[in-house]
Amino acid sequence: MTLNGWIQIALFCATVLALVKPLGAYMARVFDGERTLLSPVLVPVEDGLYRLAGIDARQEQGWLGYGLAMLAFHILGFLALYALLRFQAVLPFNPAGQGAVAPDLAFNTSASFVTNTNWQNYGGESTLSYLSQMLGLTHQNFLSAATGIALAMALIRGFSRSSAKTVGSFWVDLTRCTLYVLLPLCVVYALFLVFQGMPQTLGDYVEATTLEGAKQTIAVGPVASQVAIKMLGTNGGGFFNANAAHPFENPTALSNFVQMVSIFALGAAMTNVFGRKVGDERQGWAILGAMTVLFLAGVTVTYWAESAGSPVLNALGLPGGNLEGKEIRFGIVASALFAVVTTAASCGAVNAMHDAFTALGGLIPMINMQLGEIIVGGVGAGLYGMLVFVIIAIFVAGLMVGRTPEYLGKKIEAREVKMAMLAVLCLPLMMLGFTALATVLAAGLAGPANAGPHGFSEILYAFTSAAANNGSAFGGLTGNTPFYNTTLGFGMLVGRFFVIIPALAIAGSLAGKATLPASAGTFPTHGGLFVGLLVGVILIVGGLTFFPSLALGPIVEHLAGAAGQTFATGG
Amino acid sequence: MLSQLRPALVLFLALTLTTGLAYPLAITGIAGVLLPEKAAGSLIQRDGTTIGSGLIGQSFTSARYFHGRPSATVAPDPADAAKTVPAPYNAANSGGANLGPTSAALSERLRTDVAALEAENPGQPVPTDLVTTSGSGLDPDISPEAARFQIPRVAKARGLSDEKLADLVAGRIQGRWLGLLGEPRVNVLALNLALDDLVRK
Repeated sequence: MTLNGWIQIALFCATVLALVKPLGAYMARVFDGERTLLSPVLVPVEDGLYRLAGIDARQEQGWLGYGLAMLAFHILGFLALYALLRFQAVLPFNPAGQGAVAPDLAFNTSASFVTNTNWQNYGGESTLSYLSQMLGLTHQNFLSAATGIALAMALIRGFSRSSAKTVGSFWVDLTRCTLYVLLPLCVVYALFLVFQGMPQTLGDYVEATTLEGAKQTIAVGPVASQVAIKMLGTNGGGFFNANAAHPFENPTALSNFVQMVSIFALGAAMTNVFGRKVGDERQGWAILGAMTVLFLAGVTVTYWAESAGSPVLNALGLPGGNLEGKEIRFGIVASALFAVVTTAASCGAVNAMHDAFTALGGLIPMINMQLGEIIVGGVGAGLYGMLVFVIIAIFVAGLMVGRTPEYLGKKIEAREVKMAMLAVLCLPLMMLGFTALATVLAAGLAGPANAGPHGFSEILYAFTSAAANNGSAFGGLTGNTPFYNTTLGFGMLVGRFFVIIPALAIAGSLAGKATLPASAGTFPTHGGLFVGLLVGVILIVGGLTFFPSLALGPIVEHLAGAAGQTFATGG
Repeated sequence: MLSQLRPALVLFLALTLTTGLAYPLAITGIAGVLLPEKAAGSLIQRDGTTIGSGLIGQSFTSARYFHGRPSATVAPDPADAAKTVPAPYNAANSGGANLGPTSAALSERLRTDVAALEAENPGQPVPTDLVTTSGSGLDPDISPEAARFQIPRVAKARGLSDEKLADLVAGRIQGRWLGLLGEPRVNVLALNLALDDLVRK
């Protein structure tokens, strides 16, 4: 670890924190329908869209209506993307002549992008046409991100409203998020990325003759427009197979820094939107505080582990940390930081191969995802995931002092706690259940590229990433098989919708309750004690659920590595 | 559910066209006008032919050139499409080696590569980046130490003095952005182009 490394980390944290208030203020105005800088241009567009679609912007929906609208929209998106992938061979914008995507891979990719997971069983430059990248992936990147933010807004309204029947309009939230927040930011961001060297072209792959006279085919494409929303919307699905490690998808140290900031920017700002809407910004800062504690702990461990180098490198006296699978322009610190950021949020972009990380360096990304990606988290998804844990923490606190738990003037009762537990339980069921299945079936055991505990980690990481809707991978796993395409796709759908629907149910039930005034007996939820309690509950729930699986994978690998043991495949 | 069908269909179509076509095509148009070279992939021409991209590494094996990092990219096996064969710096199929920290295969590969480099430049510590694969398999850069490590070999093959090459390398080191972000590095293709120019003069 170096001083410069810590300065890079500090600079990252400071930049994200500086953006929380301005972005939070802007988004709060947008979702309230107030005037913003862009209103003169966008209000006519927005109104036109509503007229065309037969939407009355003032007519709100209850939680069930909101949820049904969301589901209808997703089913359409899923079918359209599946069809596009299957028919890409006969559609335009296909200069590399990519064939139709196989049915199981098309199912996996559709499930993956609709759920904001963006798991890459597809190969980017070797599988997808430009049209699939733009009309399929770029487009779903926008919509799955907008959906996440919309759902977080619905839950926020559950807390901020008193005795109300509705939680907002899905159509209005979705449209406003896309038009006022995501699109304008992406236009500026994409051009900045081109300025950094990212290609943006519809031209053919380039045929080059290298200095030594060999032929090199260089894949290009409309990269920058997709990467902008990929990061800002915490989607993470790469244009290229190597994702943000590819020099075209992340050309410079500066583009890398901005990409990391953009993963966290909107998710962190959502905590501020939450604080503003419930009438006390400190409530938002408290939640962001709990996130920051967990984040810094993760960064410290991963940075330390990667700087210390891996057992096989150290055995040969190779200095400078674990550079296997990392790019020189980023080095150890920017790769370690990126890995923690991308898994804390539900992004899943990678600028280094997580599979080649040290055992403990790779442990932290897994824990981040297993906790449900609530450390800033996916845009919107991180906030509603964290609020689910808040409900459990408040419930535990209530049990300890023997009072009915209350949060922001809302009584937390059996229904909310049941729904919160449903959301918390579906993740381990998918992550651990499918991992167990894959380790006993031949089709599952055919996947890992590494032997020993690391092979187990590859499987565990895959199902963890899928159910948490992250999308990063221990890339050695051969996931493009019918078994993995199907099980991972299923895990993604359950991991998304069995968190979203309970969260919406909580929103509906909270909105219907009267807001009680704070009394002397109210547990203050904006201070250090609450932050500590929340962090404790997250670690205890996550730790008890996942420690055994981590012990079989990264932890035993760390101990074996420290003892100088290596594992050969087929041995 | 049925009453949701019209809003769902119309909004889906409208937003699909906006975000999936209008937006990427508009960015393509603007970038093509404002930053045409970068938008096309930062391609480098020499004597009328495209020799590569300034951002994408390429394979160097001759002793006369500085080498990049080992690359784990593969290509489909011409004999059997279901299999792959090693194809270093295949810029149409990026990817890493994905060998974990306790992999015997990784340990074996490192041992072989370190021994080869030690034989080439005895007594000098082998730079880690010269024996580790990059994440993309297309890393265009090496560390300044890795460039300096190769000077004796290149100098011998080219009949140039070590000092002259040391100057060349020193002039090609890119520092951290604003002295803060990223790591110091040398672009291998740019270094080799400068090397060729040096010899031509």
